[in-house]
Amino acid sequence: MDNEVTALTIIFTEFYYWVTVVFMFLIHVGFCMYEVGASRRKNHMHTLMKNTMVIPLVTVTFFFFGWWIYFAFPNGPGIIGPLLSAPWAEPWSELMGAHMGGAPADTATFTAEDTAYWARINGVFWAAFLLFSWTAASIISGSVIERIRSSAFWVVAVVIGSFAWIIDAAWGWHPDGWMIQVLGYHDAYASGVIHAIAGGAALAVLIHLGPRIGKFAPDGTPRNIVPHNPWLITVGLFLIYTGFWGFYVACNIPIIDVQDGDGVFFSATNIYLTPTTLSAITLNFLMSLAGGLMGGYLISRGDAFWTYSAGLCGVIGASAGNDLYNPLQAMVIGAIVPMICYKLHFWVERRFKIDDAVGAVAVHGYGGFLGVVVAGFMLWGYPASQKYDAIITPWGNFAGAVIMFFVLGFLPAYIVAGILKAFNKLRVPREIELVGLDLSEYAARYEDEDQMLAAEIAEARAAGTLR
Amino acid sequence: MSTGSFENWNGNVLDIGPLYPFVGTEMVWFIICVAFWLAWHVLQWRMEEANYNDDMEVLKKGDNMERALKGEKVLRSM
Repeated sequence: MDNEVTALTIIFTEFYYWVTVVFMFLIHVGFCMYEVGASRRKNHMHTLMKNTMVIPLVTVTFFFFGWWIYFAFPNGPGIIGPLLSAPWAEPWSELMGAHMGGAPADTATFTAEDTAYWARINGVFWAAFLLFSWTAASIISGSVIERIRSSAFWVVAVVIGSFAWIIDAAWGWHPDGWMIQVLGYHDAYASGVIHAIAGGAALAVLIHLGPRIGKFAPDGTPRNIVPHNPWLITVGLFLIYTGFWGFYVACNIPIIDVQDGDGVFFSATNIYLTPTTLSAITLNFLMSLAGGLMGGYLISRGDAFWTYSAGLCGVIGASAGNDLYNPLQAMVIGAIVPMICYKLHFWVERRFKIDDAVGAVAVHGYGGFLGVVVAGFMLWGYPASQKYDAIITPWGNFAGAVIMFFVLGFLPAYIVAGILKAFNKLRVPREIELVGLDLSEYAARYEDEDQMLAAEIAEARAAGTLR
Repeated sequence: MSTGSFENWNGNVLDIGPLYPFVGTEMVWFIICVAFWLAWHVLQWRMEEANYNDDMEVLKKGDNMERALKGEKVLRSM
């Protein structure tokens, strides 16, 4: 920070990530609106609070251990190397607090160069990743509404949001991650890293949780549980789209020297530190969104819920390669992936009696999985990294998609949900589910209203206006 | 005397590191926060369980179950 250019670059980067965090907050606003809109009136407050409390619980746990995992686990540990040292990300580190970037207090651990860089970037970079964590947990939240215990969901949210997803980020979304070095894994805007893992986890919880009462007729035919407010759902999804812009931008590094060897060339890069531009991802985001909306409209015959969801799924399906695709390619991928996911959703629902209330497994899980696989074919032979020799291949990305969806998403959630179910702590009591999870909320409200009415009548009598 | 690691903004700013007070006690705060987080889960778990038990008792009384299913007013005192 001792010359203007360096200071401007660092402070611009700090500001850049800060803006992405504010944008990404809208994802959570959107998820809350979407879930409440999809739930029935008798479950509103439970649905809202279940998702709202993801914010504090994932935040504190991501501070406690999530951020450190990202920097400590790129080797596995034990897959290609040991646990790495990451003192700036330890929760008791001075660099996890407000810091001027000057002389470190802990001189045994940090140099002045460490503090100069991390003091400015650590907090906003942490927050950007944290918002990804909320998203991972929130994706699961929607699929399990109207019957999961909040206590159980919050355990799953912490396991996936602050632990499992950040392991996958260390493995497949870190410039030195073993999946990049060994598999040539490429997933620039997190089709697999966020969406496939969260979708896989949601599917695992749903298997243990079972469908909502009445979802399936005695002959197994699925019934449509009508969302109480389609307008709230669509506005929620618009907000998720808006927040998704911030998500895309947060997946980039805004300005670094990408020239290897002589000379200097400053550019934005993706998370793997390979060059891309904000223009590229803006074009591809919009074209894949457009493709998704158009494909979704056709396949669902104009159903608003699925058209909006398909728009999201279109972006997710193209995200793995949206740093490099042509916009026309992004549009085609964005159109086809949600059409497949739509069909898969209803096939899985009928065949396995899976009640995914908002289609999260399809939109995020299958969409993310397919997005990673498609990128393996589309970007076959591209260098996966500037630093390592690995190239992107269909088999490398397919293996990566399996790791994301099944190994780090489905498996841990299946184990955790299975344990909770074994102790009868996963699902609310049957009677409560039938009458609605907001029963005590309404009872308290009625009692308050009755007390106020009695007080007002007494007041009116005292004033002589009522006999 | 200052709880922070500096006492004025004058002089060389490069000498200023952590801005927060009580530098060196971070581990203690960490332990407190982790304990609070774990305790929160335990307390929330108990509250939720008690709440469902209360609701179940209410639903067992009279025709409360039927009233609740119809969306009619059900009070805890009923």
